[in-house]
Amino acid sequence: MKRVVITGAGTINALAHDVPGTLAAFREGRCGITDLVIRDKERLSIQIGGQVHDWDPEAHFNRQQIVLYDKFTQFTLLAAREAVAQSGLNFDGMLGYDSGVVLGTAGGGVNTWDDNYRAVYEEGKNRVHPFVVPKLMNNAAASHLSMEFNLKGPSFTVATACASSNHAMGQAFHMVRSGMTRAMLTGGSESMLCFGGIKAWEGLRVMSKDACRPFSLNRNGMVQGEGAAVFVFEEYEHAKARGAVMLAEVVGFAMTSDASDIVMPSKQGAARAIAGALRDGRLNAEDVGYINAHGTGTAANDKTECAAVADVFGHHADRLMISSTKSMHGHLIGGTGAVELLACIMALRDGVIAPTIGYEEPDPECALDVVPNVARDAKVDVVLSNAFAFGGLNAVLALRKAA
Amino acid sequence: MADSVKDRVIAIIAEQAVLDVADVKLTSTLDDLGIDSLGLVESIFAIEEAFDITVPFNANEPGESNFDISSVAAIVAAVEGLVAARAA
Repeated sequence: MKRVVITGAGTINALAHDVPGTLAAFREGRCGITDLVIRDKERLSIQIGGQVHDWDPEAHFNRQQIVLYDKFTQFTLLAAREAVAQSGLNFDGMLGYDSGVVLGTAGGGVNTWDDNYRAVYEEGKNRVHPFVVPKLMNNAAASHLSMEFNLKGPSFTVATACASSNHAMGQAFHMVRSGMTRAMLTGGSESMLCFGGIKAWEGLRVMSKDACRPFSLNRNGMVQGEGAAVFVFEEYEHAKARGAVMLAEVVGFAMTSDASDIVMPSKQGAARAIAGALRDGRLNAEDVGYINAHGTGTAANDKTECAAVADVFGHHADRLMISSTKSMHGHLIGGTGAVELLACIMALRDGVIAPTIGYEEPDPECALDVVPNVARDAKVDVVLSNAFAFGGLNAVLALRKAA
Repeated sequence: MADSVKDRVIAIIAEQAVLDVADVKLTSTLDDLGIDSLGLVESIFAIEEAFDITVPFNANEPGESNFDISSVAAIVAAVEGLVAARAA
């Protein structure tokens, strides 16, 4: 089995349009959730979100590209350019045949669906732009990355709702670890902040109208976000031979299915995924210093997740730190695990634990060290990233400090 | 109006619980009727559609929502209040 390291990272999200800006926001505990700026907002009962502001596609793409790129693809390309540049890899030669791209998204080109349904249903038009299908398809972002970077190996898109990115990164990890590929672009993207995308979520009545406050007793729901994060996963010897900077090592991954309910989470399913990631990485529970929580800020998730962590870690659950950065960037649905992996890398590399902001009142059912409101300096060697999706599909990654 | 608010609310809850209308008592709780959180959200949606009202309900904090769901009678009373407020 090969070792797998991360040699590049890129992002765009509500906090910043790049990784340094995002990590600075994590350190400051800054909130990127604002009033939404979208069409027909006045008809929504939920009017806040982790929206990417000051986004100017024309600064990054030409006209021919923009007509083919939904916003979720645009976000992915921007993040991937930052990641590939940091890695220093060039896929133009033989490496391109040994490299691929696996991305997560839940909705794909939701803005494209929304705009074109409006055109045909609301405005009564009988004709749409010829590129609607290639623009909205869930694999569009993965395919455009393959074209921009010459990635000719295994490439596809994973859709497991809120766990999509973690499932995607798990696949990329498996491919490099098994020797199937030498490098992979992986992560995820989501851009659902449009009238239809938010209206659908309103229906479930699990959204907060004012803030995302994970683990806080007065939490009242999740807040949607948008954006992308992309990473370069590379085989360790390959990275070492070229003297690449290693941001972290990916050491374990596990996925489970609750097989119980389409929306309610299960403690057992989550706990099996966490324990499975430890086992896969040959880690002891005591090795883990930090967990980036799924932490959606809903009543159901947060108490179930804390109970699962308590079950797996026993007494060590009281010593480790667990935080949810969704309080800052919102829930990026299929892209969320990717953006949250940045907090894991920051913990390992910079020794700074991103806080759970908006934390106001302790909840006895979430009685763990959730790093409330203020980032903390701490030396950690192993971290986990949790993702637990609607549909009961769970995916947990384990990372170790690069050595 | 042919049916009272009470009868229409009970009909909606009975359909959700897959019970006869006669088996839904005013004193019943949603638990008694086997309606879970998803069933509740669906019932509220059906009530909103039937009466053209907006029910202030957040599944994360059912107790804070100003919409009492502790029994069928409480739900009927809350819907009657919202219908009256809409008419006013």
